[in-house]
Order: sequence, then structure tokens, then C-alpha cells
Amino acid sequence: MKPQGLPIEVHDLTVSYQKKPVLYGVDLEIAEGSLVGILGPNGAGKSTLIKTIMNMIKPNGGYVKIFGDAPQKGIKRIGYIPQKESVDWDFPVTVSDVVLMGRYGHHGWLSRIGQEDRNKASECLEQVNMLAYADRPIGNLSGGQQQRVFLARALAQESEVYLMDEPFAGVDAVTEKTMISILREMQKSGKTLMVVHHDLASAKEYFDQLLLLNMRKVAYGSVPEVFTHELLQKTYGGKLAVLSEMATKVAKAS
Amino acid sequence: MDSRITKGIKNWIIYLGILSASSLLLDAKQIGSGEEFNWLTQAERFFEMKDPSVRRVALGALLMGISCGLIGSFVVTRRLSLFGDTLSHAVLPGVAIGFIWAGEKDNFSLMIGAGLAGFAGVCCISLLRKFTKIHQDSSLGIVLSAFYAIGICLLTRIQKIGYSNQSGLDSFIFGQVSALSSDDLIGLLIALGFIGIFIVLNFRQLLATGFDPQFSKSIGIPNDFLQFGLWVLIAFCVISSLQLVGVILVSAMLVIPAATASLFSKRMKEYLLLSSLLGAGAGLGGTFLSFLGKNLPAGPIIVLVSSSIFFLILFLRPEKGVLFRWLNARSVQSRIAIENMLKTAFQIVEQNGFEDNEISSLEIMKRRGLSRAEVEKEIENLAHSGLATKNLSSNPAANLPPQTVLTLTPKGWEYACRIVRNHRLWELYLTDEAHYEPDHVHDDAEKIEHVLGEETVRQIERLLKNPKTDPHGKLIPSITDIHQGSLSRST
Ligand SMILES: Nc1ncnc2c1ncn2[C@@H]1O[C@H](COP(=O)(O)OP(=O)(O)OP(=O)(O)O)[C@@H](O)[C@H]1O
Ligand SMILES: [Mg+2]
Repeated sequence: MKPQGLPIEVHDLTVSYQKKPVLYGVDLEIAEGSLVGILGPNGAGKSTLIKTIMNMIKPNGGYVKIFGDAPQKGIKRIGYIPQKESVDWDFPVTVSDVVLMGRYGHHGWLSRIGQEDRNKASECLEQVNMLAYADRPIGNLSGGQQQRVFLARALAQESEVYLMDEPFAGVDAVTEKTMISILREMQKSGKTLMVVHHDLASAKEYFDQLLLLNMRKVAYGSVPEVFTHELLQKTYGGKLAVLSEMATKVAKAS
Repeated sequence: MDSRITKGIKNWIIYLGILSASSLLLDAKQIGSGEEFNWLTQAERFFEMKDPSVRRVALGALLMGISCGLIGSFVVTRRLSLFGDTLSHAVLPGVAIGFIWAGEKDNFSLMIGAGLAGFAGVCCISLLRKFTKIHQDSSLGIVLSAFYAIGICLLTRIQKIGYSNQSGLDSFIFGQVSALSSDDLIGLLIALGFIGIFIVLNFRQLLATGFDPQFSKSIGIPNDFLQFGLWVLIAFCVISSLQLVGVILVSAMLVIPAATASLFSKRMKEYLLLSSLLGAGAGLGGTFLSFLGKNLPAGPIIVLVSSSIFFLILFLRPEKGVLFRWLNARSVQSRIAIENMLKTAFQIVEQNGFEDNEISSLEIMKRRGLSRAEVEKEIENLAHSGLATKNLSSNPAANLPPQTVLTLTPKGWEYACRIVRNHRLWELYLTDEAHYEPDHVHDDAEKIEHVLGEETVRQIERLLKNPKTDPHGKLIPSITDIHQGSLSRST
């Protein structure tokens, strides 16, 4: 195997929406096989960071590298679970259709989805315990079941890196445990995972590394290093508001 | 799912009402002109399809129905129905300008004009979205009415000036099938071809962007290109259908067949298939009816047929349909009434220590708090279902007039035991497993006893380890008791 770059490398990344900076000078290096939790208050820019890494938003400054390459090249190697709000749950698709979407990235524009893909999809549904629901319309499921289907779709992608935006939203405690054990297994098989999470108490147990984010990268490191009162206070307390205000002013002035 | 459909449909009902009334009053535009009016010969003429104009219109309506059904599936699932509406109104000034430019009703220049106007409309919408905070539906409304107003002004102007060959230009507002030319047919065919090819080639991608745009972007699907493609195809579909149904009604054809399909389809493929079939059916059916009736304009009739199908299906569809639910509720109610009678009968027999199996109607009246007539009627129902036999009182003790006496048949007895058992098991389950207070459980059990399935009963039995008595200390008749007849009436 020839040496390759880090799965995700982010350098001095700045992202704004209509001149209002949302991320400001973020540096990040994620090693292969890490399970990273991303923590931060609402509006901290967590989703924005993930979308920028996925090359869905163009940064204003800095760069993202996927395995040492430009993100356009690396995109096929990343799996993604978007935040639930962005999905049209009334759309006429069944659970198995949704999981099959995970296989689309493996096919060119005109090549057809085959039996192999279907088998893979069933396998992934089985893994999240949702095979019995394969033919149900996706809109008929409960919020937690929908999240499990999304995890199955991510599994079907068979990527090397996964970015998940709040995969545990609306999931009950038991399901959350099974989902985290699936994530653990993925990590063991060498995948790199970044997961946005909102519950501080469980974040400490679930992840090896934590990224504290609030417009800036507040801290990144192993749980004992990062999960300190002081750093959390800095992330969730109001002190960074001044920075945000100033950054907006600077951006508008220029 | 329902809100987006009802919104679209509601507009159409209003339009339709006004339109069908006004077009009946106006000089109506129908196909064929039968000399003497006879339903049967007229129908025969239609089905023989010898008349070339009939053939052309039927084919045109068929093609239009399929195109509108196909592209309409995407219009409805992506909530673009107001967009389709706007586009169809926006092409009207283009038609007028095309006419002025060519100086006559030349199909080609009209189409070009319509296309350009549609494009201008879409640009306006995009600009409004980009530079203002106006909601999408408002900006669509603004563009729609502005363009339509310009169109009407231009058309009136043309009529005032008095071009030589202006006749039939207003047909673009309401549609005029008698003017349908073979060029129009080719236009419809081309539109259908483009729509079909686009959908077949991009089916997977359309599915992914429609359901989850973020994800589809993440796997490199060009969302914007697909969206734009759909817009162009909607415009194609609208422009090619103008001659048949007119600018006002064409977007009804985009919405109604697809909305009807959405009542049952779980998957996009079913959706497309059903919607195009419904569109085609409405097209053909509408043409037929318009041909059959002497003064009926084809365009509005096609839309009317389409919406009638929608309401018919809404009413009749299995499981969720209004009719089905009503029938179902009735049968459930009568079953519950029978079960309640059986339960009362059981309780009376139980009170007598299972000695006496004759149940007087008087007793039932007392327990259920019903009138004599009501009880008589219910006893009649039981007897009718073979669950009980009815006799006149043989009790000589009193001088009372003879009264009805009920005896349960073996079948009725077994049924009664089962209901009582369901009731008492459920009460026990609630107190023991769900920790309800014993005095809370009766009302709940009253409802549940009628709906507990065999399987659930077994499950509760296992959970409670085959109990013998309920929370009030009464006997729970077990299935073996019922079968072995140990509880049975002293015969
Ligand atoms: N499309 C957009 N246009 C303009 N501003 C946006 C857009 N998307 C997000 N923002 C702003 O960017 C900031 C960061 O948003 P982001 O969605 O990344 O937050 P988040 O950390 O994911 O929050 P949450 O926990 O609520 O999901 C917010 O202040 C938000 O208002
Ligand atoms: Mg977010």
C-alpha cells in the first residue's frame, strides 16, 4: 500500500453565508480510524463544517484535503448522513429504496443497480434491525427508525470516512446504544468517523476524540484532554459572541 | 402529503366551476358537428375513429395525458404545482407576441414566443428569490398575475387592431381542440419523447435529489441541473398542451393525475405509471364525453373527468376511502352491539350460578338500561346470526303478559365466553402488568375486549400464566373450559 495523506485535513478554513462568517480559521487533522465527536451549541457551524468537508459549500479561505487530495477527488470515499430536517419524508420511496441510494455512488450515470447492490442493502438493513420494514414507505416510520435507516444507507455506501450530522436525534436510549456499537464496529474495521452529537454526558463515553466547535475550533483532542470544565464553558458560554460580532463587522467592512 | 395536493386541487375546483359555466355560455368549442343528435350513433362514430378530426384529438389528448401525468409526478412530489401554474400563465404574452411578430397564427412562432416568455417568467422568479426575502409562493403569485395581465392586454390589442387571421387566438386561454393541427400533434409527441428520455436516463438521480437533496449532492448528483431540466420539461409540456386545454387549465393536468396517483403509490415507479395512465384515461374520456355531448368544450371536460376520477378514488379507495371506512365502521358497530348482548347474557347466567340458561328480556333491559323495543331488536339480531334462540316465556308464576326469553346456542355460548374472557384478561393485564388501579380498568376493557385478537389473547395468557380469576375476583372462562363444557349450561 502506498502511503496516503490523512483522511481529513482542514487548514485555516473560513466559511461565510452572505458575508457573515460562520467558521473562522479552523485547522483540523483527523487520523485514520478515529471516532470523533463534534460538540457545540446550536448555530456553532457544525453542519457547515461537515458540508464544507463534503465540498457542498465553497469555503472563503483555507482548504480541505481528503486523503491528501482535493475534496472533489475524495468525495467518493466519504459517506454522509445529513441532518434529518433536510429530507422530504413524504417522498414516495420505500425503506429499501432509501438504503439502495447508498449504492448510487458506486455506479456511473447509466450503469444499473444490480442484485449485488440489493443484497448489500438488505444486509445493512439487517444490521440496524430494520429488515422487517424494507417495503414500508419511509414516511410511515418513527423518527428513530428513520435514523436507523439512514445509518443503514451509510453502511451501504461502504466508504472509508463517514460524516454524520446528529445521527442520534430522536432516537431512544436502547437504539442509541445499538447504533453506537455499530459505529464502534465500523471504527474497528478501520473507518474514520466524525459524528455531531448534542448530549455532553454520553459524548464522553461514546467517542475517543472530541472536537469542540463554536465558530472557532475551541479544542480538539482525546476525551480526557478536552472534556474539561474550562473548555466546555468556553464553547457553550457566551464569551465567543464578541468574536462573532467582530468577525461580521470586519467581513462587512472589507 | 395531503396539504400540497389539496392546495393545488382547491384552486382547480374554483377555476373549473367558473370555466365550465362560462364556456358553456360562450360559443363553445366542441369536436365534430353532428347533424342530428343521437347518443348511440355518436358513440359509435367515436369508437370507429373514422373521422380524422376525432382521431387527431383523441391521439392528442392521449399524448398530453401521458406527458402531463409523467412530469406531473415530479411537480407534485417536489411541490412545484404553483410553479407549473405560473409557467402556464407566463407563456400567454409570448403567444401574443409570437402572433404579432409572424402576423398570423403560425404555430412555430407562437411556440417560440411561448418558450421565451416562459423562460422570462422563470428568470423573474429566480431573481425575486435571490434578491428579496419574499416567500416563494408570493413571488410565484406576482409573476403569474403580471404575465397573465400582459398577455390579456396584448390579445385584446390584437383583436382591436383586427389582424386578418386572428381567429382562434383566444383559444390559447381556454383551448380549442377543433383547431388542433398535425403540427400540434408532432409537438405533443416531441414533448412526450423528451420527458420520457429524461426520466428514464435520470430516474435514480431524480429519486435521490427529490428525497434527500443534501445526500444526493454529497454523492455528486447535479441537483441544479436536474431541477433545471424539470423546469424546461414542464415548460415543454405546458406549451405543447396549450392548444388542447389552454393556459388556465393546463396546470390542472399537471397536478390532478399525479395527485390521484399519490393516493396509493408507495414508490416512484408506481407513481409514474399510475399517474400517466390516469392522465391518458382522463384525456381519452374527456374527448369522448365532449364528442358525445353536443356543446361541451373538450379541454375543460378533460380536466373535469380527471378531477372526477380524483374524487371518486378518494371516496372509494380501499382502507382509507370514505365509503370503505363508513362501511367498516358500521360492521364494527353491529359486531360490538352483538358482543355486548352476549356478554350481558353470560353475566346473567353466571349470576344464576350457571343453573338456569333462560335469560329474560326484562333482565337484559335492567342490566343494559335499554328500552323494550331496543332489546327486542338486539335479540332479533342475535337470533338472526344463529347465536341465540328466542322463545316466549314459559314462566307461569306471575300474571304478567308473556315475555321474550333468550337461550344461547352452543355457538353463542362459546362466543360469549370468549368476549367475557377477553374483557377479564385485559383487566387483569392492566392491573398486574401496567399497574392500573382495579377501579380504572373497566372502561378501558369495555373497548378493548372487542378488538383483542386471538394472538394477543394468547400472549396475555402466557404473560399472566393462565390466570383463573379477574381483579374483581370473578372467574375467567378459559378456552379449555369452554370447549370441554365444564362451564356449560346444565343441559
Ligand atoms: N443557508 C444558510 N444561509 C445563511 N445562513 C446560514 C445558512 N445555513 C446556516 N446558516 C447560519 O450559519 C450558522 C451555523 O449554522 P450550522 O447549520 O452550521 O449550525 P449547527 O452547528 O449545525 O447548528 P445545529 O446544532 O442547530 O444544527 C448559523 O448561525 C446559521 O444561522
Ligand atoms: Mg446542524
